[in-house]
Amino acid sequence: MSRKPADLAARQARLAWLLLAPTMAVTAVVALYPAVTTVYRSFTNDTFGGTSHWIGLGNYATLLHDEAFRSATWVTIEFTAITVTVEAVLGMVLALTLNTAFAGRGAMRALLLVPFAIINVISASIWKLMFNQSYGVFNDLLVDKLHLADRPIDFFGTRTTALLSVSAIDIWKTTPFVALLLLAGLQSVPADTQEAAQVDGAGAVRRFFSITLPQLRAALLVAVVFRTLDALRVFDVFFVLFGARADTTTMSIYIEQNIVDFGKAGYGSAISVVTMLLIAIFVALYVGLNTRTSK
Amino acid sequence: MTDTLRRPTETPARARHLRPRRRRRTPAARARRVLFSALVLAIAAFLLFPVYWAAKTAVSPDQEIYATPAAYVPHRFTLQHFTNALSDPRFLRSIVNSLVVGASVTAISVLLGAFAAYAIGRFAFRGRSFMRYTILAMSIFPNIAILGSLYKLLTATHLYNTLPALIGTYLIFILPFTVWTLASFFQQLPKELEEAAYIDGASAMQTFWRVMMPLAAPGLAATAILAVIAAWNEYLFALSFESDSGNWTVPVMISNVGSQSSAYTIPWGDEMAASLVVMIPVIALVLLLQRRIVAGLTGGSVKG
Repeated sequence: MSRKPADLAARQARLAWLLLAPTMAVTAVVALYPAVTTVYRSFTNDTFGGTSHWIGLGNYATLLHDEAFRSATWVTIEFTAITVTVEAVLGMVLALTLNTAFAGRGAMRALLLVPFAIINVISASIWKLMFNQSYGVFNDLLVDKLHLADRPIDFFGTRTTALLSVSAIDIWKTTPFVALLLLAGLQSVPADTQEAAQVDGAGAVRRFFSITLPQLRAALLVAVVFRTLDALRVFDVFFVLFGARADTTTMSIYIEQNIVDFGKAGYGSAISVVTMLLIAIFVALYVGLNTRTSK
Repeated sequence: MTDTLRRPTETPARARHLRPRRRRRTPAARARRVLFSALVLAIAAFLLFPVYWAAKTAVSPDQEIYATPAAYVPHRFTLQHFTNALSDPRFLRSIVNSLVVGASVTAISVLLGAFAAYAIGRFAFRGRSFMRYTILAMSIFPNIAILGSLYKLLTATHLYNTLPALIGTYLIFILPFTVWTLASFFQQLPKELEEAAYIDGASAMQTFWRVMMPLAAPGLAATAILAVIAAWNEYLFALSFESDSGNWTVPVMISNVGSQSSAYTIPWGDEMAASLVVMIPVIALVLLLQRRIVAGLTGGSVKG
């Protein structure tokens, strides 16, 4: 009468796969199938509707000499480097500040969620208003109030200023997310190690680098990986501010242009594949770096 | 900078305890307190200023919005921009579209995701960690990479330019996220309750519906809110798969207000009023459920 444990395990496994089945089915249709066809299409000269022929590595060969693609790759990488670095540092400052006991700490932590709750398109347009050259608040502060500049700055004027302005928006929007992850990490840092080091005369800087930072490494890594992945596929904020402007086209915008505007399904797919590979390389790099330093 | 990050309440007490005779410690501690308060205020300003500026613009008459030097507080107050935004049928339509898409995709994701998360979070079976990492890999997959294939799929199934097109494609990033987050919630639940249900003779599915789901309710709520926000936020698919303005969602609608007008005639007051109408409820909801949302945001990634 008694059921054997092996029987139970088999029944459990069967039920588990049954529970997973709907998710797997949906995923196969909406993600796996499109991903596989994207890779296949990247080897064709498909143009939506027109005839499609296998052209081998033709698209990839074109990519190598495509100036617009090279520019888009650099814009994306520069944006990622700027935002992820600033967000990691600023997120750390926010997390350490909000980990300190003070009146109103709970309210401050809640405020971290405000930028997160605002959709990308809206935050981009609020910042566009603030960056305006003639009546924007930033120029008012810099020129009229603080006298740091003698004439209004065109924040979107050059490639460099445009890139820095977009980065500022992303930093505002997502630094709180980094701070939240780091705060969660800080809560698992034991306070007694800190206190012992303080009694031994270690200064705040020393304690941060030799105690807090090593213990936060896992949380910091997760935050940096997530932010990098998001930054590498950035689309919304660049598109809302600059549309299809050539010197601020990111990889995602370039893919969208090729597929939606030019109808180049094959070529767009090849760029997509390269983007996926680039993202995979960055993830592998981070994870590899982390396992090496932890040994 | 780092010095101001010390705990202000502990440092003076400890310093007094260790070196009771040094009186000049007190002004130093006070200075540190002031610096720390300044830092907290700076952070609050950093987080809130853009929202304040949007609100200020929305209630200011046009001549103040475009005035130089800028008015930091509204001198005259108007609700005209809100009236304009709310009387625009396309804007109201876009809110309805966003709500329909957000609610549908969240309902599907939470239901299917809860099944999958229950399996991953509570069952021991071969292939479990493989499924876990497949789900994680999917949630970091770049949506843009499959834009072309999705477009073909949607035109072939005649779903292009319909709301179900968005509901289906949003599952790509919302479903894996839901499974990943819910799995970590399920994992935290105590094993005893489940075992008690089994001993009482409940089947696995009865245990799931009657014991596990009610226990995971806070996690489900947090995950649902995050899923709604993700759907509410999505721009690329909404922009690419809806050609008819009657099917536009809020982000497409709002970005279109700005881009249709030339640089000097952007109706900032109307645009900010419309933005406030859609962002204030979300901010309120997020602040109301902040604890659960923070758990949802950080739980899956830190403990996973």
